[in-house]
Amino acid sequence: MLWQLFVTAVKALVLILALLFTFAYITWIMRRGLARFQVRLGPNRVGPAGLLQPIADAVKAIFKEDLTVARADRVLYWLAPLIAFTFALAAFAVIPVGPDGWVVANLDMGVLYVFAVSELAVYGIFLAGWASGSKYPLMGGLRSIAALVGYELALGMAILPVVLMAGSLNLQDIVAWQQTHGYFILWQFPAFLVYFVASLAEMSRTPFDFAEAEQELVAGFHTEYASMKFVSFYIAELLHWITGSALIATLFLGGWAAPFGLPQIPVLWLFLKWAIFIFLVLWIWASWFRTRYDQMIRFAWGVLLPAATVWFLITAYYVAKGGAL
Amino acid sequence: MRGPTTVEPVPGRTDELIINMGPQHPATHGVLKVVIGVEGERITRAVPHIGFLHRNHEKIEEARTYPQIITYTDRMDYVSGLQNELPFILAVEDLLGVEVPPRAKLIRTIFFELFRIASHLVWLGTGMLDLGAITPFLYTFRDREMILEITEKTAGARMLPNYFTFGGVRRDVHPDFFKDVAHFLDFFETRLPDYYALVLDSPVFQARAVGVGVLSRERAIARGASGPVIRASGVAYDVRKAEPYDAYPELEFEVPTRPEGDVFARFWVRFKEMEESVKIIRQALEKTPKTGPYKGKVPPRVKPKPGARYRAVEISRGHLGTYVVSDGSERPLRVKHRSPSFANLQLIPDLFVGARFADAIAILSSLDPVFGEVDR
Repeated sequence: MLWQLFVTAVKALVLILALLFTFAYITWIMRRGLARFQVRLGPNRVGPAGLLQPIADAVKAIFKEDLTVARADRVLYWLAPLIAFTFALAAFAVIPVGPDGWVVANLDMGVLYVFAVSELAVYGIFLAGWASGSKYPLMGGLRSIAALVGYELALGMAILPVVLMAGSLNLQDIVAWQQTHGYFILWQFPAFLVYFVASLAEMSRTPFDFAEAEQELVAGFHTEYASMKFVSFYIAELLHWITGSALIATLFLGGWAAPFGLPQIPVLWLFLKWAIFIFLVLWIWASWFRTRYDQMIRFAWGVLLPAATVWFLITAYYVAKGGAL
Repeated sequence: MRGPTTVEPVPGRTDELIINMGPQHPATHGVLKVVIGVEGERITRAVPHIGFLHRNHEKIEEARTYPQIITYTDRMDYVSGLQNELPFILAVEDLLGVEVPPRAKLIRTIFFELFRIASHLVWLGTGMLDLGAITPFLYTFRDREMILEITEKTAGARMLPNYFTFGGVRRDVHPDFFKDVAHFLDFFETRLPDYYALVLDSPVFQARAVGVGVLSRERAIARGASGPVIRASGVAYDVRKAEPYDAYPELEFEVPTRPEGDVFARFWVRFKEMEESVKIIRQALEKTPKTGPYKGKVPPRVKPKPGARYRAVEISRGHLGTYVVSDGSERPLRVKHRSPSFANLQLIPDLFVGARFADAIAILSSLDPVFGEVDR
């Protein structure tokens, strides 16, 4: 028992460090990648090809003055980045990066856990908006709650056919099913589309990045945050992107399993599949507009949710007829 | 009629939030402050405040000699710098009775239209930025850079070249000028279809722009709007056609209009204007002799005879007019600029109220104000 606890703790620590490292370098990938789309170079001064830029940024962020706004609700103001950061970090715990033991928590209801935890992070955003005692953050916070109501149902509904077909909420089982029957992106393409679009909203990336729309709300919910508290939000936000992409790769692209009978190397295959979605999101980010948040909600309720529901019913019928495939 | 000068919270009303948008705000294109009341995301009241960039242009100009003033006029609408010199120069030329050689007129027209493209490119980039698309900004600035380089080669400066002068232009064009401009036009014509595809044809953009911020024809006329703003409301008013100046009478071009009056129409009109500018420049390039006089005969001391003159031109943002009163000395008695953005900005309460907060940003960028010219 104690040994198990120790192993889990070590795994969690490794995962946290890996995630923070990924975060640091995703900022580099993001900036260099966007620069490629935008006919410029991006950060290339600090270290070879700008690879030390994340470290320089971290040092800078730590030494920034940490202001607290006079009208802020101090407790919540401190708590908000903590909530956002913790839950963003915790969501990855159930995503397997390799067979059997290569996961921090092999939960039987792993899918539900990811949903629950990553949605709790919205509390961080909303509390930040509320506690800042300022108007733009408040509007940003309200927008993210309103958007949550929109995309969350579509997201959940899009995942149901996958769960139904695999017959399990455990992510390891879902990966195992895909190894024998083929990837869900082929079986469940409509569900994949709905899920991908809705998770763009969950990651608050373009075209659904209105919670922090710079041109409208200055910086949205984190306008009044500086120094490491701001960085916590920044980490949380990019972790949503990282975790969200890994989750799509796991649910629809076979997760850690190697494609085409290639040798099984833990982490590597998930990483490569994950990179596809990281790039896709970056691509959309570089080339699209931001929608208005009421349009997004209308789209989520009017298009995504009905489409996902219809597809869910079709899948349910199929599974009921043919039994669990 | 005087509108409200500020937005006071209504006592006892808790569902309305009063927000000071600006003067430091990422999307106000300079130093505009709009005090708005929002109910959720719906704007209930809006009062624009201007004057943060007031530099007292008109008064300073009374204390300067005529040639000195030209460099001040550049700094009104700094995004389309060179265009601002023209109304003042035209007015003084009229008072002086100076004849401008046809070649100089054509060169001025080419530069005038080049700066229209440059200015519309800045508008396009920043307007897209306002709508959350971050990439077009860098593309349009790359294209604009080519125009600035052409200007730099000939005039020596980039944004505010102080190049036009009484009777023509200050110096002859650079030997590469015609080649460079033709090259830019060829390049730009390959870019335009991309901009159409990425912006006007984008369904996300259309969702943000169609039917948003509708300005009726009557309202546009009543508020004295001009430029692309009024043309997008179905009024084909263009100073280049209404009171032609320089080489415009001999060039063929259309005035694009659209009846809808929404944000999309204003974007569309500016896109078409860039196309028309390309046409105008191509015609003018053909007509311009490679060598010849670039400046008419102007007395060394510019002392127009007493009198007053108002001349207007169609800059990128609309009707820019300059009224010059001369008392026969080297310095004007009075200079008054009528600037298009100032008038267009009066539309803010009309267009903002009832719109959503996110729409307000789109509306503002479709009005395309430049504050150097609003506040002068």
